[in-house]
Amino acid sequence: MPKLTVNSIEVEVEQGASVLQACEEAGFEIPRFCYHERLSIAGNCRMCLVDMERAPKPIASCAMPASDGMVIDTQSERVKKAREGVMEFLLLNHPLDCPICDQGGECDLQDQAMGYGLDGSRYKETKRAVEEKQMGPLIKTIMTRCIHCTRCVRFATEVAGVPDLGAIGRGEQVEITTYLEKTIASELSANVIDLCPVGALTSKPYAFISRPWELSKTESVDVMDAQGSNIRIDSRGNQVLRIMPRLNEEVNEEWITDKARFAIDGLKNQRLDRPYVRGTNGKLEPSSWDNAFKIIAKQLKKVKPDNFGVIAGDQIDAETMFAMKLLMEKIGSPHMDCRQDGANIEGSARAGYLFNSSIAGIDDADALLIIGSNPRIEAPVLNARIRKRYLNAGIPVGYIGPTVDLTYPTNFLGSDPSVLQAIAEKKHPFCKFFKSAKNPMIIVGNGLLIRDDAKALLNYISTIIKNFEVIYKGWNGFNVLHTAASRVAGLDISFLPGKNGKSAKKMLKDASAGKMQMIWLLGADEIDTAKLKNTFVVYQGHHGDAGAHIADIILPGAAYTEKNGIYLNFEGRVQEVRRATFPPGEAKDDWSIIRAFSGFIGHPLSFDSHDACRQMLFTNHPHFAEIGQLHKSRWRRIGKPGKVFNSPILPALTEFYMTCPMSRASQTMADTRTSRENNSKPMAAE
Amino acid sequence: MLQDKDRIFTNIYGWHEASLSGAKKRGDWDNTKSILALGHDEIIEQMKASGLRGRGGAGFPTGVKWSFMPKEVSNRPHYLVVNADESEPGTCKDRDILRNEPHKLIEGCLIAGFAMRAHVAYIYIRGEFVNEYKVLQGAIDECYESGLLGGNAVNSGWSFDIFVHRGAGAYICGEETALLESLEGKKGQPRLKPPFPAGVGLYGCPTTVNNVESIAVAPTILRRGANWFSSLGKENNTGTKLFCISGHVNSPCNVEEEMGIPLKDLLEKHAGGVRGGWENLLAIIPGGSSTPLITKDVCETMTMDFDALRAAGTGLGTAGVIVMDKSTDIVRAISRLSYFYKHESCGQCTPCREGTGWMWRMMDRLVRGQAEPYEIDTLYEITKQVEGHTICALGDAAAWPIQGLIKNFRPELERRIQINKTVTQAAE
Amino acid sequence: MSIHDLVADDQPDKFAFSSENEALIKKIIAKYPEGKQASAVMPLLDLAQRQHDNWIPMSAIELIAERLDMAKIRVLEVASFYTMYNLKPVGKYFFQLCGTTPCMLRGSDDLSRCVKDKLNISSGEITPDGKFSILEVECLGACVNAPIVQVNDDFYEDLDYDSMASLIDSFAEDLPPPIGSVKSRSGSQAVTGPTSLTKLTEKQNVVKSSGKLKKEPNSLSEHVRNKVHASG
Repeated sequence: MPKLTVNSIEVEVEQGASVLQACEEAGFEIPRFCYHERLSIAGNCRMCLVDMERAPKPIASCAMPASDGMVIDTQSERVKKAREGVMEFLLLNHPLDCPICDQGGECDLQDQAMGYGLDGSRYKETKRAVEEKQMGPLIKTIMTRCIHCTRCVRFATEVAGVPDLGAIGRGEQVEITTYLEKTIASELSANVIDLCPVGALTSKPYAFISRPWELSKTESVDVMDAQGSNIRIDSRGNQVLRIMPRLNEEVNEEWITDKARFAIDGLKNQRLDRPYVRGTNGKLEPSSWDNAFKIIAKQLKKVKPDNFGVIAGDQIDAETMFAMKLLMEKIGSPHMDCRQDGANIEGSARAGYLFNSSIAGIDDADALLIIGSNPRIEAPVLNARIRKRYLNAGIPVGYIGPTVDLTYPTNFLGSDPSVLQAIAEKKHPFCKFFKSAKNPMIIVGNGLLIRDDAKALLNYISTIIKNFEVIYKGWNGFNVLHTAASRVAGLDISFLPGKNGKSAKKMLKDASAGKMQMIWLLGADEIDTAKLKNTFVVYQGHHGDAGAHIADIILPGAAYTEKNGIYLNFEGRVQEVRRATFPPGEAKDDWSIIRAFSGFIGHPLSFDSHDACRQMLFTNHPHFAEIGQLHKSRWRRIGKPGKVFNSPILPALTEFYMTCPMSRASQTMADTRTSRENNSKPMAAE
Repeated sequence: MLQDKDRIFTNIYGWHEASLSGAKKRGDWDNTKSILALGHDEIIEQMKASGLRGRGGAGFPTGVKWSFMPKEVSNRPHYLVVNADESEPGTCKDRDILRNEPHKLIEGCLIAGFAMRAHVAYIYIRGEFVNEYKVLQGAIDECYESGLLGGNAVNSGWSFDIFVHRGAGAYICGEETALLESLEGKKGQPRLKPPFPAGVGLYGCPTTVNNVESIAVAPTILRRGANWFSSLGKENNTGTKLFCISGHVNSPCNVEEEMGIPLKDLLEKHAGGVRGGWENLLAIIPGGSSTPLITKDVCETMTMDFDALRAAGTGLGTAGVIVMDKSTDIVRAISRLSYFYKHESCGQCTPCREGTGWMWRMMDRLVRGQAEPYEIDTLYEITKQVEGHTICALGDAAAWPIQGLIKNFRPELERRIQINKTVTQAAE
Repeated sequence: MSIHDLVADDQPDKFAFSSENEALIKKIIAKYPEGKQASAVMPLLDLAQRQHDNWIPMSAIELIAERLDMAKIRVLEVASFYTMYNLKPVGKYFFQLCGTTPCMLRGSDDLSRCVKDKLNISSGEITPDGKFSILEVECLGACVNAPIVQVNDDFYEDLDYDSMASLIDSFAEDLPPPIGSVKSRSGSQAVTGPTSLTKLTEKQNVVKSSGKLKKEPNSLSEHVRNKVHASG
């Protein structure tokens, strides 16, 4: 570990650290624009120049490896001059449009100009103007503001793995653009907005909406997929105005998906803001909570508990499922399920349904086999982490499923289930990678779990785990990549069919056969609602989507930005979403709806507040109290021998942008999808 | 003055065939095998002993540069890359080697490549040199046919390939790491150093980039001996050198001369003297456009070598001598260079991208005197703000000519500003 | 510059390399190590340009990207970085007039004036019939033969207003004159006659590996003598 001196302070840094990092370690801030910890070093902005003993000229500290005995000065007159000089150059052609710039108040250039800028301009020549570039519905460009740091180009190329951005031309004519101004073909594209140190790339949907100091900032978690990316909800009044990523090295580093960031306009559309009941004319009509509860209670009395079931959707918080489970016990029905997609995975062996390696564990994997999942659209941030691992270590990635572009070289093994058997029996060429791997990793997607032969396939996977030592003390390479944010919590609290209970799949089947007379959909929309035509349906949720359309009664609930709640991501990590705004109209927190209804029917649940509900949850399931933590679980063999069908193994999702009621209600998501589709169309003649 | 018997480039004007048969008559390819038999390290030692300093501008000792290559070849092959991207204004010597003496370069590649344990050389030739490329490629083809290159080059047992890569119009590709980027199929944007090419160069492999002339003189140096070469010229500035004399002389030409030749001799003996006589001399840019100009009084006694010119605050550079007589609009002459650097800036780093444009625009105003006197100082400060702060030396190269102008011709700049003021006021 | 300024408005739908060029492409790619085929992007752009009336359409950029397994934007970056790639049509005779200081000192202004007088076009323009276009370019690297104009691939050197005028006339008649110095000097020797290497004509020296000097068997060819004489 090299030891060096920075401004007379001795500091020891990791081998491979840069002088810039050493300076920070010693407590001296180094201004920078192009340098970013998660991107390759460009060294082009020249803002981080420092003096090094015996060097004839200042060095770019971001690009210079720290080495033993270096003597660095960050406070010399020469360094001060160099920084001021660079700052002056950066401002030459930068427009003086801060008052109308959305970056204002959170602009690196603005901030650093305060520290290093001159108070006036010596530039008397004509300023450069650069035409705006189209990059799709998410990213607004004002390219005259661009300072050519190339962070965006490097992000797209390196992290997102889509080399769509580039800098064309040369010299002062250099311009950042996508090829022929097409939409960036990445699910992570909008992270360039955060990376842009100036106002060149800003959020299009957020354009001219607000200033950062007007916003209330609420730390929360994304529920658009099951990764649990950490987010900050920025709101003003009762409106969510934008979503920003929060740093969490273990989960999402500092990236979020475009859906996590931009589906929020869906919060304003198609909202269920009051109870509805279906009238005698077959139309849904506004009603009161009291009336809605009355009708549900009446219906519940009419049907036997065995004819009543609950299906929980993909974005339900743990407290709500917990409350509903308690209610079901009181009602006496065992029919409940949190697997609306029909995934064949159970709550008994926890390690059998978690992403056991952990997300950060990807950084240690040395071979990967993906089965029945497309991580690029199911968990794009996770996919970027796999890509990072590939770039760092060139790990072999095997893929069972149809050919997809995962943004890293992939060994397509075909989609035939027999491949799995061949690997289990050590007869497949891919085995050599697993054999030589110290930390082999398997990712199983919902595409496999929803198959009727899932248990048989999981049995093969168990054999692979055994044969290739995928699990040993200190490493668990078995991972389930869930797509539903609520899934792990649901499995943990066993929101699953009780004794003689029916699964979601069976409930739907029986409903269409007239054997299930009443079903309560707890935000469940990703089901075949046609099967519920002859069933009395209560829909509790926040959007008028598939479930609401078939419902007889609608109970308006809260979206994830409007409530406090616990979610467990696919690793099993306990995280909290927090209320940034209130649910619209008469809509209420979901747990409280259930609590109120329990009282209404004379089976009051024993808690009166969200806190009390949560405490009870913690009592019953202590690990839920460990916020932010991972709770490791012991592995037990899963699956069982059985017949394997020869239908191809496919990922469960083929669509990224519109996968839940909120994202389907988002115009931004719809526009982005269209725009991505148009990319592949031939260029219109200019 | 150098005697013809000590000239290396005996066909520099293209009087004779450039082809293999012609080259052999001039002594090229004569028992090259025996030179290779010296061994990798001995060749490098002799090159060091010759005192040859790189002919591309920086003047770094060639033998020492070769010695930076790893002594063992790992799984990463070694590469020799020849910089034939000659684009420095005032310089056109490599062009003559490429079209008239290609075999000296090719033989030099084999020897240099062998010395640094490379089996492949790429010659990066500027794109505009289409006809020169054809001659060079023809010469290489001849060598393959004759067994001078290929799997068993000159029967030495050493396999050696040479590929020519054509540039496409970018001065910056003369910067060695930009050249490597370009050769890899990217924009020619200089790399950050460290790492240096000898460690991480072409395709991430150990690489040495040398100027055409540096490589092309190597065979003769090794044939005639390091002592012969080092006996010519001056101490630390040994040997012969191709000089390019352009601008306001009676007969511009290229000529091979001894290092350290008095500038005045060079002009008068070879280029017919300054147009209108020595007294009509205004200033000279001694080493290609990047070197600051020197005025007549400095020229009187100046000798053409690295150290003397450096001591005078300028440089030998590529030995492209640009002569300007008293009829020259000196401000415009330098302003035109500022335009050149603005045009050729790769745009990667801030001071060069923004500074070259700013400097040129100010220079352009100064040509017409459309400035305030204090702006001369501002301009000087800007050149200092660019110099030493960029990734590569283009920033410095853009700054120095202006600094030279301001140092030597400040009264002229002030005079123009004054005239412009008078004219403007009169018009009002 | 924006893409609209950079590339031609009228773009052909398709571009395909000729079969001769396809064969060349194989040879070109083989010059670079396996997996480093991106190195061939510059030669391929050059081939496309030569095949397509001296300019590169976007369809060729896309084809090259596909052929070399590069992102399209990377190929466009290269094509827009280097000045020799024409992304818009140029004249049949593309005059690139060097305007950098060494040429400027020797009268390159007169040459652009001559072009304007005779063809009524300035730098960056093309004649209405598409026969001529002119561009002021940076140092062409033949400074001792200044001023210079490059017409397509060939250099014409030592020009002045009058010789430029006759050069244009020759091209107007599709009769390209011999390339090189219009003052008939050989290469970069002094126009008044060589000041060095003249002794070599008198049985002088060639170095052999023995270290001894040997005679140059051939004296200066008659051709060169005449040339020297004529220019002297």
